[in-house]
Amino acid sequence: MRTPTFLLICLAVSAAVFAISVALGNDYIFFAGYVVMQYVVLSTAWNILGGYCGYVNFGSAAFFALGAYSTVAIYKLITENDFYRMPMPVLMLIGGVVSGVVGLGMGYLTLRLRGAFFAIATLALAVVLQTLIVNWDYVGGSRGAYIIRPEQIEPIGSYIRYLFLIMMLLAVAAVTIARLIEHSRLGYGFATIRDDELAAEASGVPTLRLKLIATTISGALMGMAGAPFPYYIGYLQPASTFGLDYAVNSIAMPLIGGTTSWVGPLMGALLLGSLQQIATVTISSAVNLLIVGCLLVVFVVIAPNGIVGLFHTYLQRKPEDFVGRRPVDADASEKVP
Amino acid sequence: MNAAAATAAAHGLLRVNNLGKRFGGFVALENVSLSVAAGERLGLIGPNGSGKSTLVNCICGTLRNEFGSVHFGAQKLDGLDAHERTHLGLARSFQLPRPFVSLSLADNIRIPLLYTVAMRRGHHHASREVEERCVELLCEVGLGDKARRLPRELTQVEMRKLELARAMASEPKLLIADEAMAGLTHSEIEDILALLVRLNEQGVTIILIEHIMSAVMSFSRRLVVLVSGRKIADGAPGDVMRDPEVERAYLGQ
Repeated sequence: MRTPTFLLICLAVSAAVFAISVALGNDYIFFAGYVVMQYVVLSTAWNILGGYCGYVNFGSAAFFALGAYSTVAIYKLITENDFYRMPMPVLMLIGGVVSGVVGLGMGYLTLRLRGAFFAIATLALAVVLQTLIVNWDYVGGSRGAYIIRPEQIEPIGSYIRYLFLIMMLLAVAAVTIARLIEHSRLGYGFATIRDDELAAEASGVPTLRLKLIATTISGALMGMAGAPFPYYIGYLQPASTFGLDYAVNSIAMPLIGGTTSWVGPLMGALLLGSLQQIATVTISSAVNLLIVGCLLVVFVVIAPNGIVGLFHTYLQRKPEDFVGRRPVDADASEKVP
Repeated sequence: MNAAAATAAAHGLLRVNNLGKRFGGFVALENVSLSVAAGERLGLIGPNGSGKSTLVNCICGTLRNEFGSVHFGAQKLDGLDAHERTHLGLARSFQLPRPFVSLSLADNIRIPLLYTVAMRRGHHHASREVEERCVELLCEVGLGDKARRLPRELTQVEMRKLELARAMASEPKLLIADEAMAGLTHSEIEDILALLVRLNEQGVTIILIEHIMSAVMSFSRRLVVLVSGRKIADGAPGDVMRDPEVERAYLGQ
């Protein structure tokens, strides 16, 4: 399927989801849906670096928080100086640029690190950034910051509907970007980085440059997801914005969905995100991470390649294909001169 | 230095000058100088641990040499990343095959086509052309029917062939085959040798690193021997094999 077609289908589905949510007439759906969409963006962004390139990032919360705090900083600047209020998409772009630049910087600083060392470095980055924010009084420091959300926005109605719509569009954009990368030259390059960097270099792949592209795109998308968050939550504080939930969820969702294609993080986020929202209402909000933990254990054991992997294994069990895979056949063809 | 080596030094495609590499206190390469002329078929031999692979790694940029320099054509290679050297026309196969495990065989071949050949030509092929070229290269090494398979379904021997096909895909001026034939049957060795000779006839300079002496002797026009990180012989294969120092290195005192 070509990208414009894919994008149109995504937009049509989004429009349908939005229309149904409006028809249901309960604003809670938008509050819950916003979080799910936010996780679609976060897990898709994580997967560009973690799934495609094989670099596990434990610092998703830091990039998310950077986006959120750049919005807070701009909000303060505007309310104090009585500037013109910026529309949300502009705030998102700014959050994206800030996080993207930090992503690029992180890529440079960690360019020789792999595996566990890279993961620890990203974790350290999150701690360092949280410490900086906690000690930055202008954005509220450890007390946190209040953002007063407008009640209404024309022509959509309540502001939460607007936020949901915007986050859903960002999710569409993120998934489209991920899909575009996957089927492009860049995607092949990312896959070689995941598989074997030495062999990639020997084949002419500029691994460092590609890695920097990945950290930048991934960071920027996470920052964009974080930018509207202060308006959503109303009261932003460092402890929860840099919270474990974001880091864990943005890793767990792609892992459960499957990391090698754009479908995985999307399915993982929709499934896990909705499950968490339902659990929050029906059981308690504390059960969220328990669900993630249990599902993660189950998937690691049963389906290490996630839902997508499970699907592939099922498809490959066609009998005629199975015969072709027998090692005996491989040996036979080996002997043919 | 015989006549062949002298001409090589004069118009070398690859010139290695006093190359040195240490790993901690261990001297892996010491003062290795080597010149390879365009179109040559050079055999590089030496006992295990003599520094053959280290030399290849230093030439290709996988490792950085501490001393000396490497020139490729008019270009100084020192300080260039491995991928930049590949773009210049240097290709190598790895001694232990390093396939891209999550990509199909055809996609393994596609990588150098996308990242090196397209880069050099300044334009991308149509995807159909790339597809055909992938299968064509796989056919040359006898893996044509397995284009859609994943590397993990291959035998070790097939992986060596894939390794070679991927190196060939980047359309190199100089191809370094690092033990591409270990473990292959006699007829397979013949196939690979024929393939390398064919490539050479098309103008590709080839350095063959090999333990199988019959293959080295039949392929090489010139032979270089490394022992304990030093070059101890360089010349026509027959002369080199009669060299007492080479005999000592291989057979002991």
